Amino acid sequence: MKSVISTPIAILTGLIVLTGYFFQIPILNDLRSLFLDWAVILAAFIVFIGVINISIVNVSHFTSGKKNGVFSLVLIISMLITLILGLILKPGHPIMNFIFNSIQLPVEKSLMAVLSITLIIASIHLLRRKPGWISVIFLVTALLILIGTAPSPFGEVPIVGGILKPFFAQVLAASGARGILLGVALGTLTMGLRILFGADRPYGGK
Amino acid sequence: MNSVIITAGFLIALTAVLVLILAIFKRKEVPSHREIPAFNQLQKALDQSIEEGTRVHVSLGKGKLVSQQGAAGLAGLSSLNHLSSQIQASDLPLLSSSGEPGLSILSQDVLQSSSKEGLGREENSFKQTRLTGLTHFSYAAGSIPLIRNNNISTNVLVGNFGVEAGLIIESANRVNGITIAASDDLPGQAVIYANTGESMIGEELFAVSEYIHHTPFKAACLIAQDILRWVLVISMLLGAVLKLGGVL
Repeated sequence: MKSVISTPIAILTGLIVLTGYFFQIPILNDLRSLFLDWAVILAAFIVFIGVINISIVNVSHFTSGKKNGVFSLVLIISMLITLILGLILKPGHPIMNFIFNSIQLPVEKSLMAVLSITLIIASIHLLRRKPGWISVIFLVTALLILIGTAPSPFGEVPIVGGILKPFFAQVLAASGARGILLGVALGTLTMGLRILFGADRPYGGK
Repeated sequence: MNSVIITAGFLIALTAVLVLILAIFKRKEVPSHREIPAFNQLQKALDQSIEEGTRVHVSLGKGKLVSQQGAAGLAGLSSLNHLSSQIQASDLPLLSSSGEPGLSILSQDVLQSSSKEGLGREENSFKQTRLTGLTHFSYAAGSIPLIRNNNISTNVLVGNFGVEAGLIIESANRVNGITIAASDDLPGQAVIYANTGESMIGEELFAVSEYIHHTPFKAACLIAQDILRWVLVISMLLGAVLKLGGVL
């Protein structure tokens, strides 16, 4: 029953927004702006619901005595402190900046460092996991770009830094990337059509 | 109206007509898809999860619905819709995670309607879906305990993932889980390629839903994509030749 109501609304809204983009008809443009405003307001409110989801899941982790439940408690306390301070002091206040720069930023940087190690290990395992010429090309390209980009005590590595790296990065890799992006753009286009025609209803309707 | 808008409008209209014609002509045909090894692996992993009574985890990425990455998020939701129907027989319900509140709400809705349809009852979809973090790395960090502590054997990553996908896949590999991943993000695709056994490249992300659950319209969309890709390839080659010849 729900999809009988939600599907026509979704299709109609999508068509109005799309048509309003291509045709300068005042009523269509007004409706398009109104729907987009609603979407932005809803998106902001959904963040709040998302935070409630995080809180409920972590409270249940802590209260059910699950392994590492104490981390959930730390998360809830930190979230509450940040929320209360944010509401009182407003974003941009030096204390809020301090919280962001001294907690959030270093943690994310550490994760980036962990990721670099993870990627090195993945590269070592790549040839075992996917033996083949594509993996060899992948690794050789990554190594060439690294050698050409990384600072060296002897200055720029001859041939690699001046000729091979630009050729690989700006000709081969760029053309491959454009090919992939064109494919993604076509996929995005057909995905939009699937939603507009109601063939795909990823909003609860089958 | 400028030429970019006219071209975009023409392309959308052309694709819509092409898809509709193909959907009508192909509606009674048996689906014949191009072989993509990642989908074979996905099917095996799903069967294995059901047999072993382990859980399937679907991660939807960080594609904001009101942004360019929205299509990747919607492709993930569509895949979640069909995956949840396919593994109704499993002892443990599917878990879904995302790094975008909009996707999280929609995935709850998808899982709720799916379990209602399959089991005739509503499961607790609120606890089946997790918003694990709001930034790229907090999302990945929140996914790690989720994968480790919930008896998960199959991880399906479909959506917008950047390099943080490496951390999610690594945690899945540590618990000997099988990971099948697809992203619309270029650095994300490179990381996925290096970390997983079988990966999907480029527009294969948008084919996941059709490969799991065939419908004539989605099959027509894939054929239209292939036709348009060839049109683009030929146009670009022709353009290059004409440029070389001094015509353009």
